[in-house]
Amino acid sequence: MNKNHRVPSSRSLNAVEVKSKFGAEFRRFSLERSKPGRFDEFYGLLQHVHRIPNVELLVGYADVHGDLLPINNDDNYHKAISTANPLLRLFLQRKEEADHGTFGTDSLTRKKNTVLSAVLLRPDHNKKKPPVIISLPKDFRPVSSIIDVDILPETHRRVRLYKHGQEKPLGFYIRDGSSVRVTPQGLEKVPGIFISRLVPGGLAESTGLLAVNDEVLEVNGIEVAGKSLDQVTDMMIANSHNLIITVKPANQRNNIVRSGVGGGGGAASGSSGRSSDSGASYYGYSSHSAAASIPPHIIQNFPVGELESDEDEEDLVIEAGGEAEPIRHVASNHSMSSLPRYEPHLNLRTATTPSPDRAMERGSLEEDGTVITL
Amino acid sequence: MLSLFKYLQTSQFLGGETLKQLMFMLTVEHGFPHQPSALAFDPKLQLMAIGTKSGAIKIYGAPGVEFTGLHNDTTAVTQIHFLPGQGRLLSLLDDNTIHLWELVAGPLREVGGVKKEGVVSLQEVNTYNLPGRPGIESCSATRVTVLLLLKSCDLLCVGTEGGGVYFLEVYRCGIMDNVCFHFPSLPDDYRCGKSLGPVEALQEHPQQSGKILIGYSRGLVVLWDLSIRHAEQLFLGKQQLESLVWERSGNLFVCSHNDGGYSVWAVTSGSTCNHQPVSSTIPYGPFPCKAISKILWRTTQAGSPVLLYSGGMPRASYGDRHCLTIQQDKDHVTLDFTSRVIDFFTVHSVDINPLSPPSAVVVLLEEELVVIDLQTPGWPSMPTPYLAPLHSSAITCSCHISSVPPKLWERLVNAGKAQQSRQHTHRSWPICGGKNLAPPPKQQELLLTGHEDGTVRFWDASGVALTPLYKLSTANVFHTDCDPSDDPQDPSNDPDMQQEEEEWPPFRKVGCFDPYSDDPRLGIQKISLCKYSNKLVVAGTAGQVIVLGLSDERSDHLVDVSVVDLLYDREGFTWKGHDRLEPRSKPAPFPPGFQPLVVVQCLPPASVTAVALHAEWNLIAFGTSHGFGLFDYHRRNAVLARCTLHPNDSLAMEGPLSRVKSLKKSLRQSFRRIRKSRVSGKKRTITTPTSKVRDSEQEEVAPVQRRIEPRSADDSLSGVVRCVCFADTFLRDGTHHGPTLWAGTNSGSVYAYALEVPGVGSGRVCERGGASESSVCVEAVLGKEIQLMHRAPVVSICVLDGRGKPLPDPYEASQDLAIAPDMTNAHSVLIASEEQLKVFSLPKVSAKTKFKLTAHEGCRVRKVAMVVFSSTAQEDYSEHTLVCLTNLGDMHLFSIPALRPQVRYDCIRKEDISGIASCVFTRNGQGFYLISPSEYERFSLSAKVLTEPLCFVQLDRPLEPTPTRSGHTHTHTHTHTHTHTHTHTHFFLLPFSPFFFFLLSLILPLHHSLFFL
Repeated sequence: MNKNHRVPSSRSLNAVEVKSKFGAEFRRFSLERSKPGRFDEFYGLLQHVHRIPNVELLVGYADVHGDLLPINNDDNYHKAISTANPLLRLFLQRKEEADHGTFGTDSLTRKKNTVLSAVLLRPDHNKKKPPVIISLPKDFRPVSSIIDVDILPETHRRVRLYKHGQEKPLGFYIRDGSSVRVTPQGLEKVPGIFISRLVPGGLAESTGLLAVNDEVLEVNGIEVAGKSLDQVTDMMIANSHNLIITVKPANQRNNIVRSGVGGGGGAASGSSGRSSDSGASYYGYSSHSAAASIPPHIIQNFPVGELESDEDEEDLVIEAGGEAEPIRHVASNHSMSSLPRYEPHLNLRTATTPSPDRAMERGSLEEDGTVITL
Repeated sequence: MLSLFKYLQTSQFLGGETLKQLMFMLTVEHGFPHQPSALAFDPKLQLMAIGTKSGAIKIYGAPGVEFTGLHNDTTAVTQIHFLPGQGRLLSLLDDNTIHLWELVAGPLREVGGVKKEGVVSLQEVNTYNLPGRPGIESCSATRVTVLLLLKSCDLLCVGTEGGGVYFLEVYRCGIMDNVCFHFPSLPDDYRCGKSLGPVEALQEHPQQSGKILIGYSRGLVVLWDLSIRHAEQLFLGKQQLESLVWERSGNLFVCSHNDGGYSVWAVTSGSTCNHQPVSSTIPYGPFPCKAISKILWRTTQAGSPVLLYSGGMPRASYGDRHCLTIQQDKDHVTLDFTSRVIDFFTVHSVDINPLSPPSAVVVLLEEELVVIDLQTPGWPSMPTPYLAPLHSSAITCSCHISSVPPKLWERLVNAGKAQQSRQHTHRSWPICGGKNLAPPPKQQELLLTGHEDGTVRFWDASGVALTPLYKLSTANVFHTDCDPSDDPQDPSNDPDMQQEEEEWPPFRKVGCFDPYSDDPRLGIQKISLCKYSNKLVVAGTAGQVIVLGLSDERSDHLVDVSVVDLLYDREGFTWKGHDRLEPRSKPAPFPPGFQPLVVVQCLPPASVTAVALHAEWNLIAFGTSHGFGLFDYHRRNAVLARCTLHPNDSLAMEGPLSRVKSLKKSLRQSFRRIRKSRVSGKKRTITTPTSKVRDSEQEEVAPVQRRIEPRSADDSLSGVVRCVCFADTFLRDGTHHGPTLWAGTNSGSVYAYALEVPGVGSGRVCERGGASESSVCVEAVLGKEIQLMHRAPVVSICVLDGRGKPLPDPYEASQDLAIAPDMTNAHSVLIASEEQLKVFSLPKVSAKTKFKLTAHEGCRVRKVAMVVFSSTAQEDYSEHTLVCLTNLGDMHLFSIPALRPQVRYDCIRKEDISGIASCVFTRNGQGFYLISPSEYERFSLSAKVLTEPLCFVQLDRPLEPTPTRSGHTHTHTHTHTHTHTHTHTHFFLLPFSPFFFFLLSLILPLHHSLFFL
């Protein structure tokens, strides 16, 4: 992995030096590189060596690029151990004191700078401009993801776009076209559906996972072969809140090379290998089973449990309670709050009821059983 | 255990009993065939045949007797000829092929549990291609212009464009004659190169069989004796010939000419060459006239013959009229039709007395069939029992009412009779062949069609023949552009009303096809009829909603008018569309039938998009593109007006007229483009080929792109109300049910209102105590608003009772006409959007089941109906099913309320948008959709309920097609068509063909045919 760096010494092959800093205190110890153990054991070890058994900690380490990265699960713990070269520098914080801006690119150097500037230069200026807060991955709302990598041929990509509650348009167009398939009779030209345009600033473009001339193979698990452009359009719009499209990228050079399959040959194994995904195609939101076994090198920045596809389909029901009033008065009071209206009560209403327009609020409404009482 | 039982029961029913037999079947076509092109009549069997430009052949006899056949190619049928009395006919197509059709006994059919024997259907038996003669003449030389079947029915004479007449033997293995005349003594005027020009007419001598009259386009007429193969006489006409007809005795014949005249020739033995006709007349002369395309000369016992001819109008003044003239003695009528005359024939009384006068003339026009009674003085027109011109004004909507109560039926029939008595003769229908074997309908069915001219027509849809019952006009409620003194009831259809024009020719308007609407705002958009209370709601293009009641008496009254402003609480909107219709301020006369009670006018006057009637509560609900309203027609007050417009929606304010404007604009642009291209086309002749290439590249159309974006709230026309409905259900809590109103919009919003109707939902009233006594008005309180997250248009809303069955119609439960709904268990509401079907529980609206049709199939829901399928085996078992018609033209059936998909059928071509848009379902699993502007296709999804023609025709010959024969015929035909393109060997095959069919071969040595006079 770190071939570009200097050849590791024999010592670093079996043991990792750890330098752990908590407040002003340092502790040094070493770990077996081949048997790092689990994160919770490591966490207990840290509490033990620092003698702070009941303090909740945030654990961070400096990686080879000098970034401060978190250690909070087995994966990144193992990553940290394996990349330690040879010293693993740890930074511990109390959880209640921790600011989430700690981790991230340049965080170490910036911290140094701020300390310096805070001491030497103009402290007021820096207090006004706190560093950009980057939250933990669980706080992010996913925008897009590549899913089902393990069951799809390398030439295909299944992309999930999360539209819910966003102002950003999906921002892409599709068109008719023809593609070449390998059949027992030889090459055959078959009609296909292709992405024809990406709207600048749209969701599709910003993810970087879709490109013009990518061939659309499936929409939410249903093959588009044999369907007309209008049918595919309707299917995509019907699924637009949680759109999963399987494409064959026009540019095959960025494909993920799966470790199991002989690397490099991915592009060659071509479209004939589609059988593996067609098994799961119908109603095939196979993301649950797939996500559980996703290899660690897959970008996966959202919890698996949120994959449930129907949560965004919840219709909004507004119940107009109260006694019978002449409707001419009622009509203006009990209007659909998700639709902005020309009403004088507009600000009044938003003050009393949470605007259900945004995704966050909608989520909370759903917990109450989909009915709101105005 | 219980669920298992349930499952078993359902699966048994679905798999074994109904659904296996449940099938999609096109049963019968109602209305007038689109683009008819040929007409024929069999006087022996009393059957009429009509051929169309799309290659269909339809045979009609007595009402209910119908046979349909379709050629394999959709080529225009140019001629049809019956083999009289045989139940066979020959059709000539535009591609120069002749087809033989035969009425054969169909396979045993089981209909409604009853086995039907002797049902006859029309089948194509044989096909003949007429090839061109290779090398000698161009193909057009053998292009058939006219066919004549001799009375003996064994010989077919074929006249061609090349001037040759061919004789085809119909029965025995045919050797045929080819007659090509060479008359050295003929003047050159009658020649067209070597030949004599196209054969225009062929007529057999009425008395002496074997003598035929051959008329050539250039005016030459030859009397030909078949037996001695000799031209007996020549008649040298001076004018281009159009048609020929014999006088019954055979002493005279009449020919009609291109110049609008006709001449009578005497056939006297002796003279071989006649130069002068007995008489020659140009009836509408002296100014230049158009051709008389067909002439009939019918002798009567009384003496003076009846002369019927089409065309012949003075070219300058009436050249654009479509006319048929009937002339006898001094009686002279010029029937003035609204569409082109295709063909006509006369019907004679059934006993075949040679001197019997014609009893009627049947005229096939491009858009309707007109029958004139020639035995009643004044020659009135006859109502047709079938071939109803559905499209006499364009159909804008339709509505089906099943099992109409007998009382309402009777009153409608009477109202209709009162309308017709002024117009028509009461003689029985002259075409009466065949026998209708279909069992009499178990129930009366009504089909209501709304038209562009503001009329609603009531059709008897119980049987195979769709017959008009009654016509309601809504135009007389309003002031329209047409003259107020003009009776808006029926301006064109009434012969009494015609002004007696002193002018020449004596025109008389006949027929009811009238495609021009006085005012497009009168157009009918939605219809709802309560068959128990005889209340009708009709809603139109200018936001008018008319409530009508049935009355047997004529009445003059003023109609109450209410205006409901759907934008009362919105500002900043101005309607740019058409004005509302101006109601009449004076009492107007209303004939017996449906008479208007109240008119509600929506503001802005946009077209009404949804309407619902609840006669038990005296309420109507209506929706437009701006909102919806609720009106109490009993107390005559508006209860509710609710705007559904999104503030950003500007398109909704445009109105249809501005869209017409933009259409005009686009038309103008396209004309400009055409003009441009013409100009550039001229230029292009000079430009170099390279620039041409560039031009074509520019013209290459950009590939079709589709934007993928979820629907948003501010999409245009999102406020259009797509459906409204009433239901007695639980909206506010689970213990008290009461009247509710539901409305769904284009943007997936559903509004549910709880209604306070005095005297209804007593539980609620008691609860409110004293307050209810003071409130005598209907009140509406918003109960729920549902926003479907996918925002697709709401196509239909239906409330299901505790058993998951749709609620019965108003009055059905209270009058014990249907099983009372289950009000003890929780209700649910089925909301069908274009993308999904979803069932929500009531009163707490939470989703129970759903089916995402679009996400799975890529199709969108266009029409939804609740249909009851009855079991064929168990008399009393039936099941409710949801039927969905999608934009791809396929039908999906779902169980209710589980929404489990059951079956799917391809029904309508997906390109046929108007067909899909016009589809209506009946309650019992049938349906109608327009296959052309003038024809409804009737289909059935039910095994039990089928309405299809079951007819029988008495023939001398056996009706069963023997399988060996047909098999042989087939193989032989195949050989024939296969070989003739290459060699002439097929000729030697002919003697071996043993059975009935006729064969033709045009490639015969000339030694048969050269004749010198």
